[in-house]
Amino acid sequence: MLQFSFWDILSNLLIATQWTIVLSLIAFVCGGVVGLILLFMRVSGVTPLEWFTKGYIEFFQGTPLLMQLFLFFFGIALFGVEVSPWMAATLALTFWTSAFLTEIWRGCVDSIPKGQWEASSSLALTYIEQMRYVILPQASRIAVAPTVGFSVQVVKGTALASIIGFVELTKAGTMLNNATFRPFLVYSLVALIYFCLCYPLSWGAKKLEGRLNVAR
Amino acid sequence: MTYKLQFAELLPYWDVLLQGLIFTIILTLVSTAAGIAVGTAGASLRTFGPKWAGAIVTTYVELIRNTPFIVQLFFIFFGLPAAGVMLSETTAAFLAMTINLGAYSTEIIRAGIQAVPKGHVDAGVSLAMTKWEVLRHIILNQAFRKIYPALSSQIIIVMLGSAVVSQISAQDLTYAANFVASRNFRNFEVYLLAALAYLLLAMLTRSLLRGLGRVIFKAK
Repeated sequence: MLQFSFWDILSNLLIATQWTIVLSLIAFVCGGVVGLILLFMRVSGVTPLEWFTKGYIEFFQGTPLLMQLFLFFFGIALFGVEVSPWMAATLALTFWTSAFLTEIWRGCVDSIPKGQWEASSSLALTYIEQMRYVILPQASRIAVAPTVGFSVQVVKGTALASIIGFVELTKAGTMLNNATFRPFLVYSLVALIYFCLCYPLSWGAKKLEGRLNVAR
Repeated sequence: MTYKLQFAELLPYWDVLLQGLIFTIILTLVSTAAGIAVGTAGASLRTFGPKWAGAIVTTYVELIRNTPFIVQLFFIFFGLPAAGVMLSETTAAFLAMTINLGAYSTEIIRAGIQAVPKGHVDAGVSLAMTKWEVLRHIILNQAFRKIYPALSSQIIIVMLGSAVVSQISAQDLTYAANFVASRNFRNFEVYLLAALAYLLLAMLTRSLLRGLGRVIFKAK
């Protein structure tokens, strides 16, 4: 029988951590792009677009991420497309992230005084120009801290991809546990690695928040 | 799309799904109550307790907030038996959710406590109220009023997060959905139904909590 030393367990977990990081980055970047598009729709003042984004956000914030993963995993397969756990996890996490980011950023846009909108529209700026040159530069300053804070949720969210068979940190932990029968050690290490990934982000978000309070 | 959705195939399993839904609701209710109790104790200890107790609370909060719920659950269910603590899957689910919500609510309630003006505490003390009376009637009373919306959203997040307890075979709604899917292979239909049930539950919880808040904090 193959024997696993402490270092074997740790190195295998660290290899799998790469996939947690990759998945987090993809979900966060793609979710950010989709979220930005949704934000433009959400504050556009066009009623059907606003209703659509409201429904979208309600669905992705009101259902468990696990259910969304299942729905993407089995839903896409209905179209006759072969679905890898990788694809389902990326899609579900992207949409889930985008819903939360849109809602966070909408709060930031809402906090910009109405006069800014009125002034820029009186200068004959189009909606896109208003957002690009007037609203977003101001809103993004406020948005940085909560966005970094939310990235912690994304990293933790990727742990659920293990359930549909994507091999990242949590799944690697489960597999190593099955091979070594040392659950206490394995899951402690898994938790510790997640902590090392997430704590700097939490800490950064807190610092950024503090800096913002001083600036105002 | 050549596939036709067949929701009728779920009908024979309505009782399984309903039982799962009820379990999810009970799980949420009990761990919410316990979690808020832990949070209140944690926040009070951290603000007014000795330094070493505050440090322990801070470590607990940071550890829980920076690790995924599923890992906490696996640690409690698979890891603790190795250390001699055997738990049933239901107990492990309750415990994990309580510990999780406890950490988040500690942080939320602490923010509420810090927002109470110091003058109010001094006023209470000068009225010869005991330490406990000040904590109960002046500090926590006002703190909860302030943080009630934040706490409400956290309760809903925990409720949605409870879907994960199906992974240790605690028999919640997701477990029931997995069971039905394994029987009739209508994966998409059953998960869609379960997702909608969660959505409904989340919306219902939100409006219930809002109503409850209005009743509790009516007298201003």
